[in-house]
Amino acid sequence: MTTTAIRYRYIKQTVFFGLVRLSAFILALALGGILAYIIVHGISALSWEFVTQPPREAMTKGGIMPAIVGTFYLTVGAIAVGLPLGIVSAVYLTEYARQGPVIRVIRIGINCLAGVPSVVFGLFGLGFFVVMLKFGSSILAGSLTLGFLILPTIIGASEEALKSVPQTFREASLALGVSKWQTILRIVLPTALPGILTGSILGLGRAAGETAPIMFTAAAFFTAKLPTSVFDEVMALPYHIYVLATAGTNIEETRPLQYGTVLVLILLVLGIDLVAILIRATIRRRKKW
Amino acid sequence: MVNQEDRIIIRTENVNFYYGEFQALTDVSMAFETNRVTALIGPSGCGKSTLLRLLNRMNDLIDGCRVEGRILFEGRNIYEPDVDPVEVRRRIGMVFQKPNPFPKSIFNNITYGPRLAGVSGKADLEALVERSLRQAVLWDEVKDILGQSAMMLSGGQQQRLCIARALAMKPDILLMDEPTSALDPISTAKIEELIEELKKTYTIIIVTHNMQQAARVSDFTGFFYLGKMIEFNVTEKIFTKPDMKQTEDYITGRFG
Repeated sequence: MTTTAIRYRYIKQTVFFGLVRLSAFILALALGGILAYIIVHGISALSWEFVTQPPREAMTKGGIMPAIVGTFYLTVGAIAVGLPLGIVSAVYLTEYARQGPVIRVIRIGINCLAGVPSVVFGLFGLGFFVVMLKFGSSILAGSLTLGFLILPTIIGASEEALKSVPQTFREASLALGVSKWQTILRIVLPTALPGILTGSILGLGRAAGETAPIMFTAAAFFTAKLPTSVFDEVMALPYHIYVLATAGTNIEETRPLQYGTVLVLILLVLGIDLVAILIRATIRRRKKW
Repeated sequence: MVNQEDRIIIRTENVNFYYGEFQALTDVSMAFETNRVTALIGPSGCGKSTLLRLLNRMNDLIDGCRVEGRILFEGRNIYEPDVDPVEVRRRIGMVFQKPNPFPKSIFNNITYGPRLAGVSGKADLEALVERSLRQAVLWDEVKDILGQSAMMLSGGQQQRLCIARALAMKPDILLMDEPTSALDPISTAKIEELIEELKKTYTIIIVTHNMQQAARVSDFTGFFYLGKMIEFNVTEKIFTKPDMKQTEDYITGRFG
């Protein structure tokens, strides 16, 4: 090979690597930029009072405690709805269902569900849970709506985790005269659980930040009191941001509060993701098969 | 007939087996004697493992497969619709090619099956663990680390744990599917000694690629080729004066 050809190849490689590096850099820059911008503008609003007090003076002063509490309840509710349903569906799809047209249709349905815009979930929740089932705008209706929103994510994560359980574990259990159901319950699910949880928690992070699904089903414009039952309306962080930024009494004056709320929401979502990452790291260290 | 009729524990009668369109076994009839070691040998893809998995209905797990003929375990066809495969597998245990302990402690690996079969009580379970591990000649090596993960053990120890786990169900028959193919020579020798010991209590049917192993451990040997049982006889006869040309060619290493 001639020197020029080698040099040409070397240049091509350098350019290509450079592009790859650049795109990774842009990605990091975008995330870093958003974070930095929000931290710079929001940090001044953060205080102990901000996270422990309800809003005051037509939401131009005070804190966001009811919204934090509301988002917490909605998120816990979403996982309580989505996780059992999602795991059971994934078990059915991976362990029991025989491949055929019915299963194909169900799979297409799940994929479509994942692509449905979140506002459509919101309207569905309004029509079905709030109006038809008469739950009213409540934690219950909001949790159910968010639960269905994250269902495709949970099913997807659960299916992956179930498929990664070695077939030899199933065989070993069945060969001991253990029924298929017991094998799934005692061997397959416990082995897959950490993976299921990791994927589901990442889905949960998304649910915590959604506005559209809860604005018709659960979120209150303002309420200083904390919920006492699942039929109560709650404030929620994403909706509170939306309200302050668009419908608030004085948008300019509440600007720091808006950034502060965004910062709290981002920290919450990143915190949730961090938990998922820690769980995954722990499993990887312990995994021996 | 090779075997003594009153000592037969399980037999196959004109068994055909299909994976979809592919016929993996053709008209296999053979009988296995109790408290004996029977080896199934033959080149890869000859159907020996398929037959082994038919004996405890492990092939049920494969979609689109079909069995014809009868497999009589203590006189009863285990493929009758009213037979529960779970019950069959409790009586006919299996050890696999690659050691496959559960990601649980050594203790819980052994007690997993018996607990689900209804054995309870700490003392009973502890006794069962010790008995099974002693039978599998693993007790002395692990008696102080029963609470540790089975994944920490060496490959040879894991395979003996899998044998102990199968024995804990007190099966009548132990099926072994190339149990030493993933192990080093020392571990292999230990398992072979173990088989010799176990046949006093259990009936053993072993699939092996290793002809020396078949010659060393088995009382009877069946030679399979292209899904057919070519020859089935006393091991010594198969390895010294086989009746069939194909058998002779295989054991002398002319093909395989």
